[in-house]
Amino acid sequence: MREEIIMAGFGGQGIMSMGQLLAYAGMKEGKEVSWMPSYGPEMRGGTANCTVIVSDSRIPSPLSSRPDTLIVMNLPSLNKFAPIVKKGGTIILNSSLIDSEVKRDDVEVIEIPANEIANKLGNSRIANMVVLGAYLTHHKIIDIATVKESLKSVLSERHHNLIPLNEKALDRGTEIV
Amino acid sequence: MGDKVLMKGNEAIAEAAIKAGCRYFFGYPITPQSELPAYLARKFPEVGGVFLQAESEVAAINMVYGAAGAGARVLTSSSSPGVSLKAEGISYMAGAELPAVIINIMRGGPGLGSIQPSQSDYFQATKGMAHGDFRLCVLAPSSVQEAVDLTMEAFEIADRYRNPVMIVGDGMIGQMMEPVEFKKEVDPEKLPQKEWATDGAKGREKNVITSLFLDPADLEKHNWKLKGKYDRMEENEVRYETYNLDDVDTVIVAYGTTARIAISAIELAAEEGIKVGLIRPISLYPFPYDIIKKTAADVKNFLAVEMSTGQMVEDVRLAVEGQKPVYFYGRPGGMVPSPEEIVEKVKKIGGGSR
Repeated sequence: MREEIIMAGFGGQGIMSMGQLLAYAGMKEGKEVSWMPSYGPEMRGGTANCTVIVSDSRIPSPLSSRPDTLIVMNLPSLNKFAPIVKKGGTIILNSSLIDSEVKRDDVEVIEIPANEIANKLGNSRIANMVVLGAYLTHHKIIDIATVKESLKSVLSERHHNLIPLNEKALDRGTEIV
Repeated sequence: MGDKVLMKGNEAIAEAAIKAGCRYFFGYPITPQSELPAYLARKFPEVGGVFLQAESEVAAINMVYGAAGAGARVLTSSSSPGVSLKAEGISYMAGAELPAVIINIMRGGPGLGSIQPSQSDYFQATKGMAHGDFRLCVLAPSSVQEAVDLTMEAFEIADRYRNPVMIVGDGMIGQMMEPVEFKKEVDPEKLPQKEWATDGAKGREKNVITSLFLDPADLEKHNWKLKGKYDRMEENEVRYETYNLDDVDTVIVAYGTTARIAISAIELAAEEGIKVGLIRPISLYPFPYDIIKKTAADVKNFLAVEMSTGQMVEDVRLAVEGQKPVYFYGRPGGMVPSPEEIVEKVKKIGGGSR
C-alpha cells in the first residue's frame, strides 16, 4: 500500500496541520510517512498545499506528480491540482467554498459541505477535520482513533482545549460519507 | 531515545547536533533553513549551549573559527548565498585545520536566486568553496533520518581529520517532515580532549592555530600535509547507495532528494519494461568514482539527474572514463524534476529494453 495525498486550500484553513496530523497518525501505526509542504512567498495569503505519503514500504519521492487523492478546500486549488489526480483516484472537495464542477469523469468526486458542518459545530476553523474524517472513512488507511490520539502531539499546547471539538469534527466527517 | 518522532529536516538536523554533543552555534538566518537556528535558539539554553545570531555570515563563520580553535564542537548553518559569504572563513578553517560542521540547505542561484530547492552549489561544496588548496568532506542526505545520522557522523569526521565537514541538503530536505529516531547521545563532557586546541597554555607548550605561513617552503609542507588528509578521506570516507543495479540498461546517478525522485522514475519505467538502476552518492567529496567505474562495464549508459544545469555530471564522466555515454537531465532555479520527465529522458537516450 502506498497512498499519495495532496491537500490544498488557502492559508488559515489548517491544510498544513491536517497533513501533519495524518502523517503523525501514520507514523504511530508503524507506517512510512512523509509530509512535504509548499513553502515560499505564495503561502502569504495565497494558496497553501502539502503532500502526504503513507506507505508500507520506503517512500521514494516525497512529492507526488500523480496523487491518489486530492483534498481541496478552495477553488484555485481545485483548478491547480484536479488535472494531475491519478486515473481512478479520488477528489474530496469542500463544497461550501467550491461552487464548480470537476471536469473529469475518470475520478471519484466526494463533496463535503465542510464549512457549513464546522459552523454548526461552532467553529469554521475545524472544517479541515470534517474533511479528514470523511477521507479516512472513505479510504481506511489509518484508524480514526489513532488520528484522535495524535491530536495532542500535533496541536500546540495552547490549542489543546480545542481537542474535543476537533474530535467531534472528525466524527461528523465519518458520518457523512 | 529510540522512539520515532515526526520532525522537519531543519529541526531534526539541529536536534542531531545537540545529540552529537555540540553546544555552540553561530549563524545568521536565511530561508529555507531558518527553522534550524530557531530550534537551537529554543533548545540550547536548556542544555547549557551557546546560541548566537551574529550580525552577518562573515562574523558567524569567524566565531565558528574561534570556538573550534578553543576545542569546541561547533555548528553553523545557512543556505546558498549565506554559504558564499562564509567561504572565506571556511578556507581559513581548512588552512588552520579546524573541525566544524557546516550545513547548506541549498536554494536556487546564482546571486539571491530563489528560496526553492536546488543543488546548484555542488561545484562550490566539492571543488571551489574558496581560495587555496583544500577540500571539505561533503555529505548529502536524502531523507530526514539520514540527515540526522550524517549530521552526527559529520562531527566525528570533522574531529578525525581536523577539517570542516559540510552537509548539503536541498530545500526539500530542510522543509519536509519524516519520522526520525535518534540512535545515540553524546555527552559533551566526555568528548576526547583536543590537545592542539588553544584553550590556555598554563603548564604546557603553547599551541598555535593559524593559516598564515609566510615562508613558502613551510606552506608547501603544510599543503602536502593537508593533501595527505584528503587522500585519507578518499580512502576511508566514500559513501554511496545502489538501487536495482542488476541487469539494467541505464543507471541514474543522483544525490539527495533527487535520488528519491529517481527511484520513483525507476518504478515508473519498470511498469513499461524499461530497466533502470540508481547509484546515489552519499559523500559528494570524496566522490564514489569506483562503483560508477565498475558499473560501466555492465550497462548501456548513465544519466546524471540534478537540480542544476549540470555539475555532478562532470564527476560521473570522470568516473566512467569514456567507457559508456553519460547523459544529463536537470531542472535548475528551484524547479524540481518529476519522475515522468526522467523516464522520458531515459527513453530518449535509448535506455529501453534490450
